[in-house]
Amino acid sequence: MSLAFDPAVDFALLLAVPGLPLVGYVLQIFLRKNLPHGDKLLTAGMFVSMCLTLVLGAKALHAAHAGERFFHESAAHGLSFGWLYTKGTVPESANIVLGILYDPLGAAMLAVVGIVSFCVHLFSIGYMHGTKRYPIFFANISLFTFAMLGLVLADNLLVLFIFWELMGAMSYLLIGHFSHDPSQPFFHRWATWASKKAFLTTRIGDCLLFIGIFILWDKFHTLRFTELWAAARETVAANGGEFPAWLTWAGLCVFGGTVGKSAQLPLHIWLPDAMAGPTPVSAMIHAATMVAAGVFLLGRMYPLLSPDVLAVVTVFGASTALFAATIGTTCYDLKAVLAYSTISQLGFMVAAVGLGGVVAGMFHMTTHAFFKACLFLSAGSVIHGCHHVQDMRLMGGLRKKMPVTFACMLVCTLAIAGVPLFSGFYSKDKIIQAGFLRVGDIQTFDGWSVYALICLCLAAALTAFYMFRLVFLTFFGEYRGNLKEHRYSAMLAAEGVEGPDPNEHAEHDEPSHDAHGAHGQDEHGHGGHAEHGGHAHHAPTPAAAHVVHAEEHGHGHDDHGHHAHEPHESPLVMTVALAILGFLGVFGGHFWLTAPQTAWSGHPWFEALVSEQSLYGPEIAEWIAPEPVGEAVAHHAHLHEVAHHRAVLASLCVAGFGIFLAWFLYIRRKDLPARVVAFLGLGYTAVRRKYYVDELVDATVIRLTWVLVRVQKAFDENVVDGLVKLVGSTNKLGGNLAAWFDKVFIDGAVNAVAMASQVFGAAFRLVQTGRIQQYAAFAVGGAVLTAAWLILA
Amino acid sequence: MGLGAYVAVSGALFALGVITILARRNVIYILMGIEMILNAANLNFVAFNRFGSMQLDGQMFAIFVIILAAAEAAVALAIVLNVFYLFDSIKPSEADLLRE
Amino acid sequence: MTEHILSWITFIPLIGMAAILFVPRANVALAKTLAMIATGIPLILATWLYFGLYDKDNGGLQFVRQYDWIAGIRAQYYVGVDGLSLPLVWLTTLLLFIGVPASFGIEKAQKAYYALLLLLEVGINGVFVSQDYFLFYVFWEVMLLPMYFLIGIWGGPRREYAAIKFFLYTLAGSVLMLVAIVALRIDMGAIESVKNPFSIPEMVAMAKSGLLDGSHLPFGGELLGMAFATWVFWFLFVGFAIKVPIVPFHTWLPDAHVEAPTPISVILAGILLKLGGYGMIRACFPIVPEAFHQFAYVLGVIGVVSIVYGAFVALGQTDFKRMVAYSSVSHMGYVLLGLAALTTWGTTGAALQMFNHGTSSAVLFLVVGVIYDRAHHRDLNGFGGLAQVMPKYWALTTLGFFAALGLPGLAGFVSEAMTLLGAYESALPGFKVLVLISVIGIVITAAFLLFAMQRVFLGKLNPKYAGYQDMTFREVFCQAPFLFLCVALGVFPWFLTDWMRASIQLWVDTMKG
Repeated sequence: MSLAFDPAVDFALLLAVPGLPLVGYVLQIFLRKNLPHGDKLLTAGMFVSMCLTLVLGAKALHAAHAGERFFHESAAHGLSFGWLYTKGTVPESANIVLGILYDPLGAAMLAVVGIVSFCVHLFSIGYMHGTKRYPIFFANISLFTFAMLGLVLADNLLVLFIFWELMGAMSYLLIGHFSHDPSQPFFHRWATWASKKAFLTTRIGDCLLFIGIFILWDKFHTLRFTELWAAARETVAANGGEFPAWLTWAGLCVFGGTVGKSAQLPLHIWLPDAMAGPTPVSAMIHAATMVAAGVFLLGRMYPLLSPDVLAVVTVFGASTALFAATIGTTCYDLKAVLAYSTISQLGFMVAAVGLGGVVAGMFHMTTHAFFKACLFLSAGSVIHGCHHVQDMRLMGGLRKKMPVTFACMLVCTLAIAGVPLFSGFYSKDKIIQAGFLRVGDIQTFDGWSVYALICLCLAAALTAFYMFRLVFLTFFGEYRGNLKEHRYSAMLAAEGVEGPDPNEHAEHDEPSHDAHGAHGQDEHGHGGHAEHGGHAHHAPTPAAAHVVHAEEHGHGHDDHGHHAHEPHESPLVMTVALAILGFLGVFGGHFWLTAPQTAWSGHPWFEALVSEQSLYGPEIAEWIAPEPVGEAVAHHAHLHEVAHHRAVLASLCVAGFGIFLAWFLYIRRKDLPARVVAFLGLGYTAVRRKYYVDELVDATVIRLTWVLVRVQKAFDENVVDGLVKLVGSTNKLGGNLAAWFDKVFIDGAVNAVAMASQVFGAAFRLVQTGRIQQYAAFAVGGAVLTAAWLILA
Repeated sequence: MGLGAYVAVSGALFALGVITILARRNVIYILMGIEMILNAANLNFVAFNRFGSMQLDGQMFAIFVIILAAAEAAVALAIVLNVFYLFDSIKPSEADLLRE
Repeated sequence: MTEHILSWITFIPLIGMAAILFVPRANVALAKTLAMIATGIPLILATWLYFGLYDKDNGGLQFVRQYDWIAGIRAQYYVGVDGLSLPLVWLTTLLLFIGVPASFGIEKAQKAYYALLLLLEVGINGVFVSQDYFLFYVFWEVMLLPMYFLIGIWGGPRREYAAIKFFLYTLAGSVLMLVAIVALRIDMGAIESVKNPFSIPEMVAMAKSGLLDGSHLPFGGELLGMAFATWVFWFLFVGFAIKVPIVPFHTWLPDAHVEAPTPISVILAGILLKLGGYGMIRACFPIVPEAFHQFAYVLGVIGVVSIVYGAFVALGQTDFKRMVAYSSVSHMGYVLLGLAALTTWGTTGAALQMFNHGTSSAVLFLVVGVIYDRAHHRDLNGFGGLAQVMPKYWALTTLGFFAALGLPGLAGFVSEAMTLLGAYESALPGFKVLVLISVIGIVITAAFLLFAMQRVFLGKLNPKYAGYQDMTFREVFCQAPFLFLCVALGVFPWFLTDWMRASIQLWVDTMKG
């Protein structure tokens, strides 16, 4: 089999890559009663899909090795079909045509998604065993994988958007997976509104992206990436080298989509709540794939982002990185730490793009996918092994009991902390290098870059710190899971928390519907304990009543201090998945499939594969990242050298500092953390309460929305409908008036005529006396009168 | 004397007859009044005949009138008798069933 | 035979109605069977017409039959179909066909009910195929009366109020329309080159050539201080707008929907509302194009107000059906926005939205009907956790809700995207701002639908409903075709756009030219 790209075969294979999970979904949904091993079938399908992505990815590497540009659009080969089209006065290309784009970035993402998804499938077989709606779970993650793979392969922005939103819908369903499961009382309620919150928050970002699509469609009448890049370049050239205002706005709107999907400040609020979903979901969606889609979008749309937009991107990214990192240091829930870590790392990626290091950002995206997925799955393994305890304060000393999990988690923590030789070091280093490059070069120096660099370095330090804090708390020391109930409560009380933590996961619903209010402190205190008291010595399956000590989530906890559950290692199917990802977490940074010298010189494989040239083609690359010529070459190389050294130095320092601090506080002097917390006082509380962002959102956006709703509803019922009812009652009034008029006047006139004839009749009747002599007298009188008249006249 | 005298007499007789009809409270008297009117007309006929054309028209009419008066008196008396049976009185003002 | 296919489709339900009237009252099964046949045959005919007989590349009227009808006023029986009305005709037949099994739960006076249902189908189909304005108006009124009875007799507690409100409100609009129609007729009658003064295509042609300007009217064409084209436009527009319905003429809809029985709500939302939009496209805008150009922006504003306001008010509802009713108001706003923008994409989006809203709102109302049949109330706050008891119901509802909120991959997205893209690229000024505002509606729509989902299906199970039976075959059968269409048209939208293309292009060219 040759490693050259053959359009006829390979596009078909590329269709099969998302096609297999889709087929799996359809089979599982419609035939699940006939498929007792549907989960294994879907996992096998995913395995095949993954192998395809690796094979196709190998072709990309081969091309890079051979120095050729690897960029394949199916539309260019005539393999596309029209989807939305209308004949008309707009140019023919202004139709939405479906085609596939396969380039190095796509190849890398495809492989990453394929591997992570396969590992998650494998892991879920063990983790989700025995839960309610188990087959549906597999169907949903397969469909999600289909959506993500489709997004990577999309060659135009609208199709990308379609898959983007489809992923959002699947995320909604997957986060809400436990909301159907009353045997998980804690998640049961949390997941219902967490899924809604995730969908709505990302939808705000999606709508911004949608607006960006409108603007681009209106001006360019095409949404294909290659054409967008070319059109942007021409527009800027025609505008004298400046980006026109509307293009800047379009870029900002596109970035808005990233802010939503990749959980940047201020739309990050959904990601910590997304932890209400099962851990494999968190691993796949909220670590590796969906949130990476936002960064991927930036990668695809990079040539359209003007310098102003990039500055905004940098600020958002760097701020998010630091913001989330600070919160991560205070969390006690295993998954919460990882969630904030994800937000922080996404901030790194976004900031990288903003600082001009598109490739660095993409690289970090791929390494992050591996090690974060592994971290989440390891966390899942820990949670599973500890019988669904999530609070780190109830863990400890697990490294002997769960060695494989410990190993995987440790290597991935080393990766995320940026320790050399692990993949994360390379990617993070590249990002910081991009920052130093911008700061070090007079031409590109600006205040935002300095700000970003400082934020990123601090964030890196904090990352190392809190990740090792996590490792030390969970795996070292003594096992605290047997903590007596009152001691645990005392521990909480010492922190100033009474009972369940009424913190940020407040309900954002209509205030009157307090039935679901998150502020129900009482209900979960001891009553909850009684509810779950009976589950004592069950086998460690999630189907048994769960004890969830996710104290951060404020809905109370059920304490099981006095039942001694021994934590244990997870079953093989889970550990294998962990091992695969762990391996990649370590070595994902430096595959040496390219020329040996590249590997030995320390340059990671990604850079050999993905560069501005390979992504956007020579003309665009020349525009966005012009190669220096002449004397500038040496200067440029020198700058790079300097930046590289500074970056390595900075990375090592911050990582070392962070690890040292974590070791010091959590191994050496375990009494210090409490004293530090006490010392920091209110500042600590603010961070612990996530800077009250959720409360702020609740008080402003949510309340404003409800006010608007109530105003409009009242307007509708009283004013608009009131007008209609007024018209109705006016008509009735008019009707009554007309009836009155009719009765009195018209009918009255008729009656008056009748009365008149009656009156006259009565008058004339008086003549009729019946007396003949009177009649005779009248006759004679009349005759006389007549005669007189005749004679005289 | 001439025609005028006879016409005056018949006129006076006519007027008396009318007054009798109108004013008397006894139907028999009313019948008498009717007779008087008829005879006044008779007198008129004969007078005009004597002083007019000297044909026999007036006298023929007078004879017709006498016959009719007789017939009419018979009928009228029959009616009066019935009225008396109905109203038990010969006062014309008591036969007022046809009033409104 | 096939040239008369439109008349067959329109009048077979009438034959069915006559047949049902002879069925003894007690024999409900026979009435149901007859109703299914009388609605099934038009569906088959319409499908055959759609896939087999219709010529996609011809944008003009096809299957035209034109016969003189009332010689005194020169009204004709003039029917024809083009790419704009054909999908709606097909949708009508489908909706009415599904309406029959959906009505199997009706318990009193079934014979009368099915007879009225068939009469309703006659009226609706008639409107879609009429090309003579008098005929159009006759069918328009024919469609009103059965609705009045269907709501007023078989409806909920406030049914008389809702029925009379619906009837009088729509009738008021129709009366305005009638004034305009009469004026047009008089003006057309005075133009020599016109053969059939009631004919809508000829009115359009006359309007295009500038001859239809009201100068032949006895009072000179001006009314209430407005020029002929202006007042005719507004009278016709208001008449159709009440049906669409757009804010502020929409308040009859929530009451009518809430009180109507489920299958009637399905038909009301599924196709009756489209009559307004279709009426605007066919019989209002092309006849007074200058007025349309003059007021296009106003129409766009009204559309956007409907979108956003409808969504917000829907969010505040506690009655499930009322919420869906307001979501209908919101979705129909896209139609107006797309039409007002006067671009090919906008008009295609509007036409698609009419069809897709028909399918997705049919699903939504059937969904409400399922739970109402069991619980006999529609209070959103009174439910909870139903997904645990009725998983199939939850799954189908989720699909329906996602279709309603415009999730890509489902039909609603295609029409909304095309409408908004088309509106954004409109040559008329000010539409960009309108599109940006209507994006708010997208978020709020998602909010109220998911909020309803949460309240009804997720969370803690209300023990009252623990014993509820999941969806029956009949209920799934009723929802299945619409769900299938929502998915299929989301993935393969060309099954609609290919048929509509030519006619829409013709319409846009006519309006622009």
